[in-house]
Amino acid sequence: MSTQETRTRIVWDYAPAPESPDHVRLRDSYGLFVNGEFADPKDGTRVPSISPSTEEPVAEVAFAGPEDVRGAIAAARAAQPGWAALSGLERGKYLFRVARLIQERAREMAVVESMDGGKPIRESRDVDVPLAAAHFFHYAGWADKLSYGLAGREAAPLGVAAQIVPWNFPLLMAAWKLAPALACGNTAVLKPAETTPLSALLLAEICQEAELPPGVVQVLPGDGATGAALVRADGIDKVAFTGSTAVGKDIQAALAGTGTSLTLELGGKSANVVFEDAALDQAVEGIVNGIFFNQGHVCCAGSRLLIQESVADVVIGKLWERMGRLRVGDPLDKNTDVGAINSAEQLERIEALVAAGEEEGALRRTVACELPERGWWFAPTIFTEVAPAHRIAVEEIFGPVVSVMTFRTQAEAIEKANNSTYGLAAGIWTDKGSKAFEVASALEAGVVWQNTYNKFDPTAAFGGYKESGFGREGGPAGLRHYVRLS
Amino acid sequence: MLRRLPHVDRVGIEERAATLGKRSIKTTAKQQGIRLAVSMTDLTTLEGADTPGKVRHLCAKAVCPAPTIPEIPSCAAVCVYPSLIGVVRDALEGTGVRAASVSTAFPSGQASVELKLRDTEEAVAAGAEEIDMVISREAFLAGDDTRVMEEIVRVKEACGDAHLKVIIETAELGSYDHVRHASMLAMESGADFIKTSTGKAASGATPGVTLVMLEAIRDYAERSGRAVGMKAAGGVSSSKAALHRLVLVKETLGDEWLTPDRFRIGASSLLNDLLMQYQKTQTGRYARPEDFSKE
Repeated sequence: MSTQETRTRIVWDYAPAPESPDHVRLRDSYGLFVNGEFADPKDGTRVPSISPSTEEPVAEVAFAGPEDVRGAIAAARAAQPGWAALSGLERGKYLFRVARLIQERAREMAVVESMDGGKPIRESRDVDVPLAAAHFFHYAGWADKLSYGLAGREAAPLGVAAQIVPWNFPLLMAAWKLAPALACGNTAVLKPAETTPLSALLLAEICQEAELPPGVVQVLPGDGATGAALVRADGIDKVAFTGSTAVGKDIQAALAGTGTSLTLELGGKSANVVFEDAALDQAVEGIVNGIFFNQGHVCCAGSRLLIQESVADVVIGKLWERMGRLRVGDPLDKNTDVGAINSAEQLERIEALVAAGEEEGALRRTVACELPERGWWFAPTIFTEVAPAHRIAVEEIFGPVVSVMTFRTQAEAIEKANNSTYGLAAGIWTDKGSKAFEVASALEAGVVWQNTYNKFDPTAAFGGYKESGFGREGGPAGLRHYVRLS
Repeated sequence: MLRRLPHVDRVGIEERAATLGKRSIKTTAKQQGIRLAVSMTDLTTLEGADTPGKVRHLCAKAVCPAPTIPEIPSCAAVCVYPSLIGVVRDALEGTGVRAASVSTAFPSGQASVELKLRDTEEAVAAGAEEIDMVISREAFLAGDDTRVMEEIVRVKEACGDAHLKVIIETAELGSYDHVRHASMLAMESGADFIKTSTGKAASGATPGVTLVMLEAIRDYAERSGRAVGMKAAGGVSSSKAALHRLVLVKETLGDEWLTPDRFRIGASSLLNDLLMQYQKTQTGRYARPEDFSKE
């Protein structure tokens, strides 16, 4: 088509499309949220919360000291009988109100989540914030029908719940913890993660706006020391922790013999299993979503990719091509697919494990994309020629790094998928229904996705096997861990 | 053909296509995208009521879509029924806009091969530089891949130097697997372009089928080394829809396919919406429909 070729070529690239932070109502400094008010810490400190994409402080936040922890628990304890005495219908009304306020402030919360944590606005806008609201809606609905979700048995709240959430989904994890606890009549002391406290503090403001009775929710930002003090403090009836397996084991040891109820949602090294009869292009999308969603900072990330040998070259070729199209950069740009690594510490950990993978002889390929000068970044990376004994096949990297192994038969796929100390999630890609059911029931994983990955819904139970923890969050199963049955 | 074609997962493909519909195309990207879309448009009229007069108006529009906005390029082609291709050829002579004709008993394709070949030969003889043929869905749905391919091969021969676009009419194929399969048959048989729809069926170039066909083109190019073009036709009537299709192309096949040589949009009402949206990027105000000519 020669006449066409002689025309001027029109070049087309996406212009920057940053979501404006102008509408965000962040304060310069946040206190601790105790008994319905923001207050200065008694023996805590004040630290800036840093944006991982700019290394600039977003706001200053108070970290709670041991006395603050005791004060917060006392407030929760004082409020608990009154909260539990409300009818389920009344508690549900408060939770519905919180859910609606999250929706009303959705845009603001999404921007704050991306500024504070580095995740792309596309994800905070389309996943984190709507799902957080959905969890409150879901458990608001359960509040007045608890016995229907608990096999007809009568349920009493446990009391005061200490809840510690991680930095990868700060608001969503807070919602996962608070919504079922409150629905069942418990009060809560929530500790957001050290690097991402801001969205939980906005949630505290929402609790004020919703006129939640004082003391029902406390929010205590802090570091590991605050968390350790919280789980060891007197006056708590329940600990719910989401985070690393090492800290989870420490908490379990500390609580042994105390009678305090415990649920843990810990690490993972989840297998994403692609069979030769899968819809390969969609499997590639699922692989990308499984490992590059939220920069791979996902406990259930599909970080161990198992591909049937007959299609391994095709799938790896397609995957590598697709990885080259990922847009890495400014989390606030609406076209960004992969944002910033949450902290310098996490970046170091990713770099160390990637170096170990290279030393052990796996073949590393990293996308050659331009990375911003400031902030913490890691370009999407794939390891092939990985052996099951390599550290990158065993340890959780918690970054945008996928380790690929191959298998020959269905039995081998199951054996390799289960060959992990973890057991949080798994993915199966096949067009054959019978195979999907067979494999799913043989996998030791709390969640198994078929022909999709990283799909979350408030009605579905989420939780792990083995060192990925115990207890379930989401759906009626999530109620069970916040009640005493009679 | 013993080669196994990978399946297409309906949920997965539609999810991916919808995700790409959320790309934020603003400011300069919007202007450039609209200009690109205009340059890729096959301005089309396929009505029983088409007359030489109407077709000449359309040709003038294709050559110079917006006299008041000089940076708007010409369209790629004007597409009509074979009986009017001579009018198109005369009107477009020397403009760089190409004369395209539908053929092979468009839109149903329910005719003998001989008639289809004759249809094509006459259109080419009358000046068609591009031929938009339809596959025989009757043969495809009956499982007769060989007949589908033979027809395409023979029409391709009849085209001579004219470029061949093969319409698979996705709405009548029943599944994404079939869309992919038909795309492969067309490319294996020598199609220069594969095209979604006639515009006469219940649905057209939905994001899902467009993406499936783009992926088929990518896999075929990888295997054979031959770059086949794609034409999205039917249902792409707004700027937003057109830009969504361009995003699908960009993020599936890359920038090499973002040219009228490799991607086309078959449309009639789309063009004025593109012009109105372009004017809005300049003035900040929504344009009036009467700001641009109607043919």
